[in-house]
Amino acid sequence: MSTELTGAEIVFKALSDHKVEYIFGYPGGAVLPLYNQLFKQKEIKHILVRHEQGAGHAAEGYARSSGKPGVVLVTSGPGATNMVTALTDAYMDSIPLVCITGQVPTHLIGTDAFQECDTTGITRPCTKHNWLVKDVNQLAETIHKAFRIATTGRPGPVLIDIPKDIQFKKGIYKSHETIQMDSYQPNFKGDPTQIEKAVELIANAKKPVFYTGGGVINAGEKASQSLRELVALTGFPITSTLQGLGCYPGEDPQFLGMLGMHGTYEANHAMHDCDLMINIGARFDDRITGMVSKFSPGSKKIHIDIDPSSINKVVKVDVAVVGDAQSVMSSMIEIIKKKYPGFKNSNKEKISDWWKQIGVWREKKSLSFKQGKNIILPQYAVHRLYELTKDQDTFISTEVGQHQMWAAQHYKFSKPNRWMTSGGLGTMGYGLPAAIGIQIAHPKKLVIDIAGEASILMNIQELSTAVQYRLPIKIFILNNEYMGMVRQWQELLHDKNYSESYSEALPDFVKLAEAYGAVGIRASKPEELDEKIKEMINVNRPVIFDCVVAKEENCYPMIPSGKAHNEMILGPEDEDSISEEGKVLV
Amino acid sequence: MSKSAYSIDSGEEKLDRVIIVAWVDNEAGVLARVSGLFSGRGYNIESLAVAKVDEERNISRITISTNGTKSVVEQIKAQLLKLVPVHKVAEFKIDDNSIFKELALIKFVGGADLLQKAEKICVDFKVEFLDKTPLSFVAQIVSSRREIDDFIKKAKPFGLASITRTGPLAMTKGSETIKDNKGKVL
Repeated sequence: MSTELTGAEIVFKALSDHKVEYIFGYPGGAVLPLYNQLFKQKEIKHILVRHEQGAGHAAEGYARSSGKPGVVLVTSGPGATNMVTALTDAYMDSIPLVCITGQVPTHLIGTDAFQECDTTGITRPCTKHNWLVKDVNQLAETIHKAFRIATTGRPGPVLIDIPKDIQFKKGIYKSHETIQMDSYQPNFKGDPTQIEKAVELIANAKKPVFYTGGGVINAGEKASQSLRELVALTGFPITSTLQGLGCYPGEDPQFLGMLGMHGTYEANHAMHDCDLMINIGARFDDRITGMVSKFSPGSKKIHIDIDPSSINKVVKVDVAVVGDAQSVMSSMIEIIKKKYPGFKNSNKEKISDWWKQIGVWREKKSLSFKQGKNIILPQYAVHRLYELTKDQDTFISTEVGQHQMWAAQHYKFSKPNRWMTSGGLGTMGYGLPAAIGIQIAHPKKLVIDIAGEASILMNIQELSTAVQYRLPIKIFILNNEYMGMVRQWQELLHDKNYSESYSEALPDFVKLAEAYGAVGIRASKPEELDEKIKEMINVNRPVIFDCVVAKEENCYPMIPSGKAHNEMILGPEDEDSISEEGKVLV
Repeated sequence: MSKSAYSIDSGEEKLDRVIIVAWVDNEAGVLARVSGLFSGRGYNIESLAVAKVDEERNISRITISTNGTKSVVEQIKAQLLKLVPVHKVAEFKIDDNSIFKELALIKFVGGADLLQKAEKICVDFKVEFLDKTPLSFVAQIVSSRREIDDFIKKAKPFGLASITRTGPLAMTKGSETIKDNKGKVL
């Protein structure tokens, strides 16, 4: 007969069994027994945030940069509701999170008790699964299931709501080896006949393109290696979604850059004109496809995805392989090597016209910009930041908006898990707490949050967390005094009526940094930028870098809403091409 | 102005009416997960019937009548199967391979003349009388949706006071059964 443990002890034993090293959280009435247990043990370290949303994003940053699940502990009521944005963010971007919330005691549930809310009800649509644990003997099993569900198949956030009385009650601990889930069996290996069909299409393509996404990163580091092998083996061009950046080296000649709304000219034109699209771990998001009816009209499409519901959801495909990206890619490599030895060379001629055409598109140099003498262009700032940090293993997070797109365009990643950005939900305020989570996972590495002056204010309180734990994160603000992307859309679509998009009454970011006990640096002239960036890198403390940039610079190239991939605008001279119907789209 | 970057370009496709059956763990909140999925993703529920069918394995069978284009129906099935407590999802097409039955209880209230006329229609439709008083009766009809609709239409002028109906249940014809991913018959 095994000894009985309290609910709180069960929680920490289970976390320890799942090799959890850090939890991000904020205490409150309904989790006091759990915090008491935290106090009594030494194995698991707790990072105290300043707002529960910050805990969620920090856990996301931790998870995305380490490949391990992020764990969050917050209280009932407002603690739980403050987590909703982070849970939704993790759900959209397929990030494994295990969120533990306190709940009012079982006998008070439903009475509108103090700090009570229907946590499982509120979070049902934004978690992969959630539980309200009403029996302490179910607690261990529930936590084990939570970890399995969060980390397998298409990863995602899960939530366990634990009433306070259950945290006190004694019950039996079950080990995780005994857990069975009949109804949850995600596919891992792809269907071999579908994989064969995919390889056949690859062998016959004249104008192929790989279109890869966050699924490759979620499939683990080996998946990125397999992708590189597959791309090298075929000699095909490759483009990546925002979330997939880093799984293929950004400076490799076969890489066309990011695709989509602010993707490169060559990537989007290749997507539009290709005869074979090989989608690995991407989901035909609307920022990628533009107008679906005009999306890559002449191509056969292969879709490799671990989530069956992604298949044919937005774009109908010809060959669908439901499985893990790594497993499917290594099968494909094996088949190509066996069936078509020396494929790259024998196939070279077939795709040589395609590469020539890509070369013509590349000549457009769609990411180019002209840096003058007086005002720093945001693109230039990111470009310099990249040049000055590329020699060390740098981790980048971002907030959401123009700066995010400029970071994606001008910062080149050579490894997976180095780029953490809120893509699906587009959460302003993501980057700073995410950087905290990243720095926790990688204490010795350089971690930079490329931010905007509006986004950063959404979770600026977390700077206090960074100072408390001596996390030397760098917050690199491209300060144009506007919610830049909102302003850009207002310029292009709403007659330059800059309704509420000007950042009025901004704080002095240098003084703000100092007030928090961090370091503040400002650069406003192009000639001082390099020196100041070096200064930032060399400070072993949290830094806010206030980079004063051109106020009305727009993010180009751009596919206007309602347009196809081959109808991009490259700069201001093309702006009047946005139609009336395009304006209604988001 | 109705174009949206978020929708599949399926304006021309016709809507099919289908019956979707899901076998789920009989646990708290499972119905909310299923119905929430429909409302959250903008799918329509015409009717929904649910009850525990396997005491030993604690499995409930949910029968949902819905409509949508072919691709929407495929999405509904895929999204349902993604829910953790869902073991199996099957689609029953309105064709010759399945049986569809719906139960309705219908109360008639009125004077003797009116009720007599109502009863006559009831006899034509082979309904069962469950509760009779001089001023009322309750009729039970088990039939297809269309026949129940037809019955209601005909009986309406004759004291029809209140209707409750289950929505359709579906069962495959012949010896064919549906099995879960471990090969167990559901």
